[in-house]
Amino acid sequence: MLKVLYFARLRESLGTSSEELELSPALRDVAGLMERLRSRGSPWSDELAPGRTVRVSVNLEMAEAATPLRDGDEVALFPPVTGG
Amino acid sequence: MTVRVQTADFDAGAEILGLRRGDPKIGAIASFIGLVRDVNDGESVKGMILEHYPGMTEKALEEIVSEARSRWEILDALVIHRVGPLLPTDQIVLVVVSSAHRGEAFAACEFIMDYLKTRAPFWKKEDTAQGSRWVDARASDDRSAGRWEQEAEVPAIRPSR
Repeated sequence: MLKVLYFARLRESLGTSSEELELSPALRDVAGLMERLRSRGSPWSDELAPGRTVRVSVNLEMAEAATPLRDGDEVALFPPVTGG
Repeated sequence: MTVRVQTADFDAGAEILGLRRGDPKIGAIASFIGLVRDVNDGESVKGMILEHYPGMTEKALEEIVSEARSRWEILDALVIHRVGPLLPTDQIVLVVVSSAHRGEAFAACEFIMDYLKTRAPFWKKEDTAQGSRWVDARASDDRSAGRWEQEAEVPAIRPSR
């Protein structure tokens, strides 16, 4: 299982703060996860459209499209940060 | 080296005293305090809520402090960042750096703030007269953080821009 967290604007527009997903041959890296989420249609396909800036972390480290996902990983999706 | 994420306010004087007390090697302390303003992007701000990613935020801050430590000869550093509801004039963030000489303290303090702005997972949601809105990241913050990449080879020099 994969734990997926959503923060800030994404959490509100997607209407969820976390969920669990089953890994599959199509879902084994960050790019695959994004594809899977976009396939749900609006608002997922809008908020996670390729042109939108969405940051992804895997196990508390910033990740890229090619970052692999493994069972038990914690993935988070969030907008660019605005602290300080 | 200390990193704290908290809802409570902080006392900069007490924190600085705690950092420097009894260490005769410290010749300089640089500190920065970020505050909530009552205006942003042309709209009046009544208040804000700061959200973070528990676990990752602390880890990111620790990595930023550790990066500063590898670049400059600093003796100690402290970062306190508040989360939750905040009002105009409230303190948001405190960065304190101690070193033997001022150059390292100034540079490391500014570096930590610049990296914090672009790398630590915090998000601001402002409450304005027009309703609440998530604050967008600024390109100028990316530029401020980016200049440290070029200056990595001359660590003790403070940027002129």
